[in-house]
Amino acid sequence: MAATKASKEQKYDRQLRLWGDHGQEALENAHICLINATATGTEILKNLVLPGIGAFTIVDGHTVTGEDVGNNFFLSNNSIGKNRAQAATELLQELNSDVSGNFVEESPDKLLDNDPEFFHRFTIVIGVQLPESTCLRLGSVLWNASVPFLVCKTYGLLGYMRLVVQEHTVIESHPDNALEDLRLDQPFAEFQNHVKSYDLDSMDKKDHSHTPWIIIVAKYLEKWFSEHNCRLPKNYKEKEAFRQFIREGILKNENGVPEDEENFEEAIKNVNTALNLTKIPSTVEDLFNSEQCNSITSQSPSFWVMLRAVKEFVHNEGNGSLPVRGTIPDMIADSQKFINLQNVYREKALQDAAAVSKHVECLLQSVGKPPESIAEKDIKLFCKNASFLRVVRCRSLAEEYSVDSVNKDEITSCMDNPDSEMVFYLMLRAVDRFYQQHSRYPGVYNYQVEEDISKLKLSVNSLLQEYSFNVNIKDDYIHEFCRYGAAEPHTVSAFLGGSAAQEAIKIISHQFVPFNNTFIYNAMSQTSATLQL
Amino acid sequence: LLFSLFREKKRRRVVELTEKMVVDGGNGSTCEWDGRWNHIKKFLERSGPFTHPDFEPSTESLQLMLETCKILVIGAGGLGCELLKDLALSGFRNLHVVDMDTIDISNLNRQFLFRSKDVGRPKADVAADFINSRIPGCRAVPHFKKIQDFDETFYRQFHIIVCGLDSIVARRWLNGVVLSLLVYEDGVLDPRSIIPVIDGGTEGFKGNARVILPGMTACIDCTLELYPPQINFPMCTIASMPRLPEHCVEFVRVLLWPKEKPFGDDVILDGDDPAHIQWVYQKSLERAAEFNITGVTYRLTQGEHTKHICCQQNTFAFLAAPLGPACATEVFKIATSAYTPLNNYMVFNDVDGLYTYTFEAERKENCSACSQIPLDLHFSSSSKLQEVLDYLTESASLQMKSPAVTATVEGKNKTLYLQSVASIEQRTRPNLSKTLKELGLTDGQELAVADVTTPQTMLFRLCFTS
Repeated sequence: MAATKASKEQKYDRQLRLWGDHGQEALENAHICLINATATGTEILKNLVLPGIGAFTIVDGHTVTGEDVGNNFFLSNNSIGKNRAQAATELLQELNSDVSGNFVEESPDKLLDNDPEFFHRFTIVIGVQLPESTCLRLGSVLWNASVPFLVCKTYGLLGYMRLVVQEHTVIESHPDNALEDLRLDQPFAEFQNHVKSYDLDSMDKKDHSHTPWIIIVAKYLEKWFSEHNCRLPKNYKEKEAFRQFIREGILKNENGVPEDEENFEEAIKNVNTALNLTKIPSTVEDLFNSEQCNSITSQSPSFWVMLRAVKEFVHNEGNGSLPVRGTIPDMIADSQKFINLQNVYREKALQDAAAVSKHVECLLQSVGKPPESIAEKDIKLFCKNASFLRVVRCRSLAEEYSVDSVNKDEITSCMDNPDSEMVFYLMLRAVDRFYQQHSRYPGVYNYQVEEDISKLKLSVNSLLQEYSFNVNIKDDYIHEFCRYGAAEPHTVSAFLGGSAAQEAIKIISHQFVPFNNTFIYNAMSQTSATLQL
Repeated sequence: LLFSLFREKKRRRVVELTEKMVVDGGNGSTCEWDGRWNHIKKFLERSGPFTHPDFEPSTESLQLMLETCKILVIGAGGLGCELLKDLALSGFRNLHVVDMDTIDISNLNRQFLFRSKDVGRPKADVAADFINSRIPGCRAVPHFKKIQDFDETFYRQFHIIVCGLDSIVARRWLNGVVLSLLVYEDGVLDPRSIIPVIDGGTEGFKGNARVILPGMTACIDCTLELYPPQINFPMCTIASMPRLPEHCVEFVRVLLWPKEKPFGDDVILDGDDPAHIQWVYQKSLERAAEFNITGVTYRLTQGEHTKHICCQQNTFAFLAAPLGPACATEVFKIATSAYTPLNNYMVFNDVDGLYTYTFEAERKENCSACSQIPLDLHFSSSSKLQEVLDYLTESASLQMKSPAVTATVEGKNKTLYLQSVASIEQRTRPNLSKTLKELGLTDGQELAVADVTTPQTMLFRLCFTS
């Protein structure tokens, strides 16, 4: 029963404002695999089903137990004894009829034995509460198939997430506090011409008070240039003088009292940011210098083709600068003046994007691909976001776990700080080790808690020795991890569920920047940390 | 000290339960199954190195939580749905939920207790029904009401209050209520009168969770500066009684555009396209003219659109998903003493990865809500009453909405200005341009101020500057 387009838009209204139609389309084309429908797993899926992912498949060979139902919103007590994948699919599917839910009553290990390519079809695989061996096996398969892998685990009051993706490009990173792209330090010709059309001295009061502050700053900069040898105001003293200079331009009434000209106040307030030098962010410079940018082939994803085209633009039409973004902030002005100014920037942006398009065409031709391979609107979007491009590369699990490439420095330096969450990462690794040896987790039953402390301590020591981590882990943590008894309390599962789903959405939509690469949440202290391991 | 409250109740309850068991023959509960609470029990029955100093492992704590603990959830929206689920699955069965809204189709993408068949029904009712049927034994009680519809006797019955509100005004009102419940004996706070409040809020890409122990830790008003002034437009205002130019723009953007489709069937309003903004602007002007509202400008129109793309509260819907559980974890900690609660403010930021940080918000010495000292207002006797009102609304620490001011003048109670009743507003309006001296006010005089941000009248002391 598909909803009509209009009601879908109403339903998804709040999220469409976040990631737009194209983001929503990416979600609706996604097929997500969840391994293990534990509380953590179903909470992650809930937060993906609600916004309307295309499809999900739950892989789980376990049977539902009473304990499972106790902490899981998507299992009911009459599903006890049934396969957990099937039981959870029913109640998750019920959340949103736009989504298609599937299940496979099989353990991931069996699938890896018999049909590893099963996992190749997914947009992202989310593995929950996986033992280490399964995790590493799956990690290897997915890495080679370039399928993003998100590992999640709730253990007592700890949440753990690990993102494994080789190369994830983000055009729309939606930065929090982006600087405007006004080019006041290097005004382009069309802007200069537009500024020329204003004569502040001969304007009537109404026009004077409704002139956009950008024009005001540009005008006064021109005057400043002529008196200061074409140099911008450099230090605090000069900027202060420049602000005063503008202030003197405020109209005065017949008694010599300055009028209330808010646009001039805006100009003065914005002097600092207006005088920012136009320059290419180092993140983008790094991308320009990368291998993928410099060797474009017919296999190159469009991100790199467009990036290369922008690089060509920078070295040619752009005269060392990125394409003009084309937007200006709101400001006090009458509609006409504001629109006219806005259009100057807008048209320049279109011009620059067109130049980039030509470079894209050339590049595509040079590798034997038709120019339509990359759409005009995608190029425009890319140019608009040129300052905000990001590429996230995570290390593989193999690299993290190998003695040769383990990130020893990060681990030991974090452990110097007694408050660091790193100790929980090491404990989770130790617990995995315990499981490998004893085929169970420590302290699950009350009678085990005491005796497992010394066994877990052996696992901890073996871990530290194997990797030559010269760190100390207090006995308190070992005791605590036995106390946990591999419990998966709902609130911690749900916290992780929300966090993991958000990161999965970032991966699927290629908007916003995902974490890199390990996230640890400590519900005891309500603190968290992101580690790169 | 706070947790001795629960120990006392626990002892009393154990006695009750034992009596009940004798009568019932042993199994008082209707719907348990083996292993149901295994995940929780580990935290209640086992000792550990990081527990709260007051914590005592016990096999009776679970029963206490299931039977006795009474939690109030305020709001059944994005945060509220999460909270209800999290609390119910953590062993809290006696839940009350208050929400004055009905379900809208745009809620369905995250408020997971609601379905399309529920559109139009009260959120509280539907949420409680769903939770009670999904989680056997849960007894959620709905209240389709405003929080202001209840008085202290209602709030006093709860052990802990958790808020998933979307308005600062409502938060402050609730803050005032729990403060009014505090009992002081000889100037010393009786801990049994403290009702902890866990408050969660989302704002765009950011969210926060905080623990408030009224009378002990920072209250909402202590940290008012952390909440930037918000503009919330309820749908009824947009649809039928606009007052501000912004309301006119909202009407056109949200209701008129989808109806008239001025640029074609599938064309979405593009904030960067001047032609689109021009259309919305013209229609907004027409709308404003209809209601004699001035102030709709092109600039405002574009600003409104941008604001709603970037910064609307609750836009990043999914922040409710980690935030609700964080709040529920605190409820669990406080109810069971399992761990030391958050002290006291946690902030989330989701734009780049997932970043959190925790700090201790401090109490403000002269907090208008919790400091118990009448605040001084410094004005000269020739200041106009309007100036006093402006201060009350504009001051970052007070942020009142429409304060009503009364004072005792020459032995009689006199309303100086009141906005909410039209006839009184008209009668008292001339006072705004009178000086404090002209109004008969004296130095050291007490002014009583009532406002929607506080359930009780606030007292101020007038101090004349020379």
